[in-house]
Amino acid sequence: MKRILTSTLLISALAVSACTNPDRFGADGMGGAGANAGAGVNSGVVTGSANDPTSTAYFQQAVGDRVLFLVDQSSLTDVGRATLDGQVAWLQTNTDYQAVIEGHADEQGTREYNIALGGRRANAVREYMISRGIAASRLKTISYGKERPIEICSEEACYAKNRRAVTVLAGGALTS
Amino acid sequence: MLTRLLGLLALCAMAATLALAPNQSHAQPLRIVIDDPTIEPLPFAVPSFQPESGEAGQMAVDLARVVSEDLTGTGLFREIPASAYISTVSDFNAPVEYADWKAINAQALITGAVNVSGNSVNVKFRVYDVFSGEELLDGNGQGGLHFSGTVDGWRRMAHKVADAVYSRITGEGGYFDSRVVYVSETGPKDDRQKRLAIMDYDGANLKYLTESGSIVLAPRFSPDGNRVLYTSYESGFPRIYVLDIGSVQRRALESAEGSMAFAPRFSPSGQTVVYSLSQGGNTDIFSMDINSGQSVRLTNTPAIETAPSFSPDGSKIVFESDRSGSPQLYVMPATGGEATRISFGEGRYGTPVWSPRGDLVAFTKQNKGRFHIGVMRLDGSEERLLTASFLDEGPTWAPNGRVIMFARETQGAGGSSSLYSVDISGRNLKPVRTPEGGSDPSWSPLQK
Repeated sequence: MKRILTSTLLISALAVSACTNPDRFGADGMGGAGANAGAGVNSGVVTGSANDPTSTAYFQQAVGDRVLFLVDQSSLTDVGRATLDGQVAWLQTNTDYQAVIEGHADEQGTREYNIALGGRRANAVREYMISRGIAASRLKTISYGKERPIEICSEEACYAKNRRAVTVLAGGALTS
Repeated sequence: MLTRLLGLLALCAMAATLALAPNQSHAQPLRIVIDDPTIEPLPFAVPSFQPESGEAGQMAVDLARVVSEDLTGTGLFREIPASAYISTVSDFNAPVEYADWKAINAQALITGAVNVSGNSVNVKFRVYDVFSGEELLDGNGQGGLHFSGTVDGWRRMAHKVADAVYSRITGEGGYFDSRVVYVSETGPKDDRQKRLAIMDYDGANLKYLTESGSIVLAPRFSPDGNRVLYTSYESGFPRIYVLDIGSVQRRALESAEGSMAFAPRFSPSGQTVVYSLSQGGNTDIFSMDINSGQSVRLTNTPAIETAPSFSPDGSKIVFESDRSGSPQLYVMPATGGEATRISFGEGRYGTPVWSPRGDLVAFTKQNKGRFHIGVMRLDGSEERLLTASFLDEGPTWAPNGRVIMFARETQGAGGSSSLYSVDISGRNLKPVRTPEGGSDPSWSPLQK
């Protein structure tokens, strides 16, 4: 599962974000699209430099690949909607890409409930994107519950970053 | 391999041949009432068993040690060390020198003998009420028991002896001859590696059942203890798998495209699986015929409904729902239909598990930034919180409904999860021995 980093040069620009985006298990539902995902990087296709607006690096860093949620909530914030509007615009330009939206929860809560809660969050993002014109067939969801925190302290500063939905891109047709 | 060996472990109880003549003359039989709020651990002696064959010497020592660990581990018994013994037991059939055991305040005396022949082991034991000067019999008026098994399965015979002693003294069913399947964990919180592991209830005979390449969650025993349901992300999405413990073969249960299936549990018959299915952001409870793969919807609300658990008679399901605005516990018929809320205390309630005795439900409670494992009656009355910590979660019942195992995660960046057990009185909270971290324990029924 944890794959060797084979495209070091390609994604070296992402080194900083890689340290905080270890959603490395996200690609398996994407028909092998994550085969070139490196350890510590959001899986899926990672191409190009952050200066290239058609690159996934640009999507992750300039557009913003994630939205955050309040405690126990799955409704989108204004900041979240603005980020998703950017994602929608990007997906409308880069029509070869699909996305898996990963829902996550902080560690406050039981394992089962948090999987369901992450599912609600991912679905809220998906529904919003569909309402903005993205084809439903391009968007899948998954929840990791509290299994994949990116921040590890047991304080609200970390919890706030863990309550997230991350849009992970993949090129080509979605399969599962 | 393990299953094949256990399959050879045909245990037989041939009580009558070893029973002494019953004598009911004493007024107060040796007895611990577990619900007594002030329990003094009962002092007992268990001298090394008598080796009745040349190969049995070490096993004779080890059997007595495991019997002692089982009993003292309950918090209800206290072993008197061999260094205090006045006399020894040199013949399983010789009369007991009660005065010598009374003098060191051993209220119970357990004696045993073991015969090893090739791969075959025979163990017999008796338990004596020292202060009454009589053998302590079981509910059927029978005394000593005789167990047969294999050399590799020797610990099970010690657990069988300890279960019988525990039952005779407490009047409760035993739980030592049982196993636990759980999620073994290594690594930091942001790189946690998880794999399924199975072990004896006391941590012995640990074996891993899956690789750590995918997230695995919440394994649950089948009623016969031979299979395990669990959730795995190995397909990329959470799906439910059923794994045969003996062969370690697994198969995915039917799952609709684009859905997530998790939180499975067997019905008491072992034919039905009740589980959570998340579709379009909404999580409801379904039941599935495990052979046909056909599912039936049991709940249909926009709320999160998860963590279903059958009553022992299979007629009802207790589950968790946030339909009221926060997660609470509900009971509904096993076929679905109207649900009755049973939790009304402060805070949030989750992961309900019906007691094997049917009288209580164990749960996880979150209140004021702390987590608790608790129990309540099925009408929500008599709520008792047994633990409190930063994060306690996921209770599972011992086969006799007296003890609960759960996972405790410590706070902070270096936090890790490990298994604990606690009596339903709240006494005897203690860690369960595992080589790595652990979460999501599931306690098996007593082994056959």
